[in-house]
Amino acid sequence: MKLLEYEAKSLLQGRGIPTPLQGGVVRRLQDITPALKRAGKGPWVLKAQVLAGGRGKAGGVKIVKSPAEAKVALKGLLGLKLKTHQTGGAALTIREVLVESAAKIEKEFYFSIVVDRREGMAAVIVSSQGGVEIESTAQESPEAILKLSFDPDAGLPDFKARRLGFFLGLSVDRIPAFVSFAKSCAKLFCELDLSLLEVNPLALTPKGLAALDAKVVLDDNALYRHADYQKKADPEASAAEREAKKAGLSYIGLDGDIGCLVNGAGLAMATMDTIALAGGRPANFLDVGGSADEKRVIEAFRIILRDSKVRGILVNIFGGIVKCDMIAAGLLKAMARVKLKIPLVVRLEGTNVEEAKKMLSNSGLGLVPADGLWDAAKKIVELAKGS
Amino acid sequence: MAILLGRQSRIVVQGLTGSAGTFHAQKCLEYGTPLVSGVTPGRGGTTHLGLPVFDTVAEAVARTQADVSLIFVPAPGAKDAAMEALDAGIDLVIVITEGIPVLDMARVKAALGRARAAGRNVHLIGPNCPGVITPGEAKAGIMPAAIHRPGPIGVISRSGTLTYEAVHQLSQQGFGQSTVIGVGGDPIIGTSFVELLDLFEKDPKTSAVVLIGEIGGSAEEEAAGFFKTKMTKPVFSFIAGRTAPPGRRMGHAGAIIEGGSGAYPAKAKALRDCGVTVIENLSELGHTVAQALKGRHIASPEGVKPIAVSVHQSESQ
Repeated sequence: MKLLEYEAKSLLQGRGIPTPLQGGVVRRLQDITPALKRAGKGPWVLKAQVLAGGRGKAGGVKIVKSPAEAKVALKGLLGLKLKTHQTGGAALTIREVLVESAAKIEKEFYFSIVVDRREGMAAVIVSSQGGVEIESTAQESPEAILKLSFDPDAGLPDFKARRLGFFLGLSVDRIPAFVSFAKSCAKLFCELDLSLLEVNPLALTPKGLAALDAKVVLDDNALYRHADYQKKADPEASAAEREAKKAGLSYIGLDGDIGCLVNGAGLAMATMDTIALAGGRPANFLDVGGSADEKRVIEAFRIILRDSKVRGILVNIFGGIVKCDMIAAGLLKAMARVKLKIPLVVRLEGTNVEEAKKMLSNSGLGLVPADGLWDAAKKIVELAKGS
Repeated sequence: MAILLGRQSRIVVQGLTGSAGTFHAQKCLEYGTPLVSGVTPGRGGTTHLGLPVFDTVAEAVARTQADVSLIFVPAPGAKDAAMEALDAGIDLVIVITEGIPVLDMARVKAALGRARAAGRNVHLIGPNCPGVITPGEAKAGIMPAAIHRPGPIGVISRSGTLTYEAVHQLSQQGFGQSTVIGVGGDPIIGTSFVELLDLFEKDPKTSAVVLIGEIGGSAEEEAAGFFKTKMTKPVFSFIAGRTAPPGRRMGHAGAIIEGGSGAYPAKAKALRDCGVTVIENLSELGHTVAQALKGRHIASPEGVKPIAVSVHQSESQ
């Protein structure tokens, strides 16, 4: 789960990690004056709080010199639909704006802590090219990047923090502050079970180092041990995705028109891929889980059908431990409850598949059986065209 | 035995007395898998499914000479369970548990690194995986036994049911499996594709490998590099997620395209460039492998009716 910038910065501040003076987040025009006051003397920065990078270029960040300018800028930002290169073509509506004092920047750096999948460890990444996305630096000037991994139990040792600081070309008198910054970030990363902590840019100002931006991603698997976040709704998830999560289903809405109900995440992705190969477009990813029982199947149908784009559904179940005839029984009961008006193609494979196929074809419910995934994908693509 | 697991293995089940542990251990026993004991702290001295239960893995090792551990312990205790198994000298630890915090796995991985640095030949499979099966010999995991056949194809995969689909297609084509390993769908896993490819390359019972990858991370790219420089046996690959949107976790914690990396095209290209056969349509996996291996020498599985060999020979005659 991602946090918004102001949430991330408040975490940093709680650890004594320097940020520009915070005026807080405003949601209404009339809240601007106290926010500016809290952020000290101007100029100030107004930053759209949406979960996407590239806000500055897209017009979501404004520098203002006076309260009057601030009001005009805020009015322009609130309610604005922001499209950045990271929003995938969609526009995010700005509902919250962060107000903070504008820092005098001498130099900008890139700083992040990530889970290094290859090493199986946490790792700090720094680059002397701040304010730039690390992916483009990695492509254009990889020599400007240093990555050092560390054991989460031992924390980031001083010598590694120093090495990172010297790599950035910080002067000797700045090194202790950088070491303290890097170690505090590493501690925060490990204690809160983060997947990503990115400070970009980390700025050198006349007052010292400051985190001008902050991006935090929490590890969903570890939310159970962080009570503050456990109940927080994932701001990126749609209503259908949240509902699915409650029902124990893994669902992600996509922009196609063929709904999929599959057991297993890998097979669910492969089913989407097969639909695309057959000339269709999947409307969702849905993993109904290892035990595709009746209740889950009903819930899965409901969630798929919430999406009005859906013109057909493909069920692809590989019955292993759970036998196909059991799944077929669950499907039939679910079908009786959810009155389906669009085509449904069912592909079952695995244990007791023959019995299951008989049950489905004898049901008179009008679902279309398929032999194999390819047959199923071709059938649903064809049928969805007509519906 | 093909790789990692065989009929001579001695398996202790951590979390044996829990519901998942009980259900799946029962299925493993029905397959004829050599389970020797269980561990549930506080239940030592009892028996469950006819197996002695101990409070600690150390005791299970001392009393039942266990050398493999199969872990069903729920996520909050899974890190500790895996570290306990490593500490007790177990050299094959299989973690089925889903939902383990990523940094907990980093901690386990550090412990695994220390065990290896001390000279131990230790492997940790998973977490969030279906386990390991050497068909005809032993099943340490949650995969359905019936779809597997003994034979010459090694299978490694980041997924569960997708692996069953692949195995099923192979079996239908008459190609049994030497060992099938689910490496797990999490960002940090114990044993990589590369290590397993190395084991399969050296295994006389394995003639070819099917590698099932998915979006996220760089395991497939690393496997491609290994294949090019170190492997003589053919590798066939399917990568799931070519239609997955970036930035979203596709069910598995590790299946996410981040910052432009981990996407399908780069993985498929890396594998193809290194000479791996990449299968785009999952439904053609079994058939593609069968066609490619037609006429090649196929290692004969030991002890069990060599289904793959007989079909293969009848085809090539």
